[in-house]
Amino acid sequence: MKLWRKPLDADKVKVPHGVVNVIIERCKGCSFCVEYCPRDVLRISEKFNKKGYHYPEAVAEGLCVDCNLCEDICPEFAIFSDAVEETPAAARKESA
Amino acid sequence: MSDQAVLTGEHFMTGDEAAAEGGLAAGCRFFGGYPITPATEVTECMARRLPGLGGIFIQMEDEMASMNAILGAAWGGAKSMTSTSGPGFSLMMENLGLGIMTETPCVLVNVQRGGPSTGLPTLVGQQDMMQARWGSHGDYEIIALSPASPQEAFDLTIQAFNFSEQYRLPVLLMMDESVGHMFEKVIIPPADEIKLTPRRYTKKKPGEYLPFQAGEDLVPELIELGKGYNIHVTGLTHDEKGYPGMNPETQAPLVRRLVDKIRLNADNIYMYDERNLDDAEVVMVSYGITSRIAQLVVDECRAKGQKVGHLRLITCWPFPEKKVRELADRIKGFVVPEINLGQMVREVQRAAGRNVKIIPVSHAGGGVHAPEMIHEAVEEVIK
Amino acid sequence: MTTTPVTDPTVAPCTALHHPKDPMLREDRLPHIWCPTCGIGTAVSCFVEAIKESNVSEKQIVVVSGIGCTGRVAGYVQTDSFHTTHGRAIPFAVGLSLARPDLKVVVFSGDGDLVAIGGNHLIHTARRNQNLMVVCVNNFIYGMTGGQLAPTTPVTARTSTTPYGNTEPPFNVPHLVASCGATYVARWTVLHIRRLKKAMTEALNRSGFSFIEVIAPCSTLYARRNRLGTGYDLMKFYHDNSEIRHGADTRDVAMGFQDKIIVGKFVDEDRPTFLDLYRSKGKGDGK
Repeated sequence: MKLWRKPLDADKVKVPHGVVNVIIERCKGCSFCVEYCPRDVLRISEKFNKKGYHYPEAVAEGLCVDCNLCEDICPEFAIFSDAVEETPAAARKESA
Repeated sequence: MSDQAVLTGEHFMTGDEAAAEGGLAAGCRFFGGYPITPATEVTECMARRLPGLGGIFIQMEDEMASMNAILGAAWGGAKSMTSTSGPGFSLMMENLGLGIMTETPCVLVNVQRGGPSTGLPTLVGQQDMMQARWGSHGDYEIIALSPASPQEAFDLTIQAFNFSEQYRLPVLLMMDESVGHMFEKVIIPPADEIKLTPRRYTKKKPGEYLPFQAGEDLVPELIELGKGYNIHVTGLTHDEKGYPGMNPETQAPLVRRLVDKIRLNADNIYMYDERNLDDAEVVMVSYGITSRIAQLVVDECRAKGQKVGHLRLITCWPFPEKKVRELADRIKGFVVPEINLGQMVREVQRAAGRNVKIIPVSHAGGGVHAPEMIHEAVEEVIK
Repeated sequence: MTTTPVTDPTVAPCTALHHPKDPMLREDRLPHIWCPTCGIGTAVSCFVEAIKESNVSEKQIVVVSGIGCTGRVAGYVQTDSFHTTHGRAIPFAVGLSLARPDLKVVVFSGDGDLVAIGGNHLIHTARRNQNLMVVCVNNFIYGMTGGQLAPTTPVTARTSTTPYGNTEPPFNVPHLVASCGATYVARWTVLHIRRLKKAMTEALNRSGFSFIEVIAPCSTLYARRNRLGTGYDLMKFYHDNSEIRHGADTRDVAMGFQDKIIVGKFVDEDRPTFLDLYRSKGKGDGK
């Protein structure tokens, strides 16, 4: 997100992190989640499920903010986000 | 009016009012109806009486709404009832089918009048008898009772509720306008003398309970809503869980059970009145108001020395085939007077076979038979 | 924002077998029958969230549907649910809610079911202010039977029974129900997931006749027959052409073919329900 100035409470507000989960076999490839994710986390995968539908995948890790929009807009109940404490990258850095 | 559900005592009332009082005595606390001659009085009586008993009366916007409202109320745990006549009966057919498919207990009173179409709104007919059996689409069996007096209108409405709870289906009370509008003595017994069949609620818990799994008598148990059973009830062909199954493998056991539920339990359902059958050579088969003229004719014949007996149908459906077949084996013939151009007589013909005479005595509607018409038919059999 | 191509295997999509909303759904019947890019699933998704946020417990909810694509909703929600005959969900729900006023009865059905064959029941039940929540998913067409004209189909739209373009003016459904006496009338599209959920929560929490029209895409029939793309394209249309106008006069919210869609909460009033008035009469004395 482009901001024209740094928010005054930037150090106090914690941006939530999330991980996207896809129930691959339920997806019917409608792309609502891809289109309306506010952080552009998703894209349609080249891979497809048993019924031939291309399901979504994250373009990169650490982008999801667990807003649950995909979870609510998906007509197939095929995608949701889980809150995580920190991004996977930060988690890997710590355990390294 | 009273806060008492059971108006114990002697009354002088019409069949319509007696049917309403019978419903109330049976525990009916929801009535959704629509005015139609000659059944309007049932609706009006319910409108007056239900508020005082903590029940709900609602005049719905049409007969389809009425039928559906009573199905919904039944699932809401209430004993529910509606009343109508020919044209409304036709409108209710689709959702009578929904009641049968979802196995919903409720009572539908049809105060028959002359038809077809608008016909003779204020005059008697018995022309919906086959419609009672076959009116809705698909395969099913139904229970239909025919009162011949206001007293029976009271008693049989209670019986109708009992059958509906026992066998989980809408039960029809096929009254006719003559019985519906005649004033006669009705004796209402004390409440504790009235036997009521309670709703068959399951003792199983959510998870163990399958909504359409039946025991030996082929009737599944009901539940109360809002207790976490999360049942699904649909008019689509469904499995024991209630889930739709759009295939022959789901259709066959379901429809078979709906039909057998009545057919295999029929011996516990049949109700008829037998008079002078032991030595009869001619048997009158009749129901409703016609049975009163028929009985008069039987008495007159007997006085003349003619061996005539009377089989008065109280349950017209299921039709007591076995009884008729048994009689057919030893008598000369049947006389079947009806205020229609031949409906229940077809069942007699089907059950009795070809080796016995069967004389229908038809009346197109609008009045009751003159006894002479029936006497002629008796003579026809004897000669 | 730059997107980095996925080369790191740790970014493969986390796959799951169960969804957080599954407890409110009949999981054993998923995936459901609705087409790819159909909006009905999203409407149900909002409904499930609304139940969680409302003051009503899940056990108290009873869903009654009619016949049609939206009519199948009853078969997918984990509540006591009834799939009734065409057009008759509302009277069934009336009987049920009068026998059990403690339950929250929700009618979830489509535009054809509620407004065509069920139209008479809709207007009378609104008139009586029966305590019911009615969700009308409007996809402008009869989907289940293959794409026929609905009383909500806009003029010029093509359906299988108007192959040369519809000439009949459609109902302005919010205006219809509001004029009959509905005490809560709102319209949202399935794109407005949060506002739709909020409207459903409000409807669950209140008593009286609450009506929510949910504009949803029908990809296979309405979109395809009218060369509008798929449901995905219709969602983008809703995005660009919806205008929120709370409190709008319902006379002004009619919809044309691929025209502006006015959404919002139009009516929110308090009036005694049928049952309130029936009981307030006290005992009838029949004299």
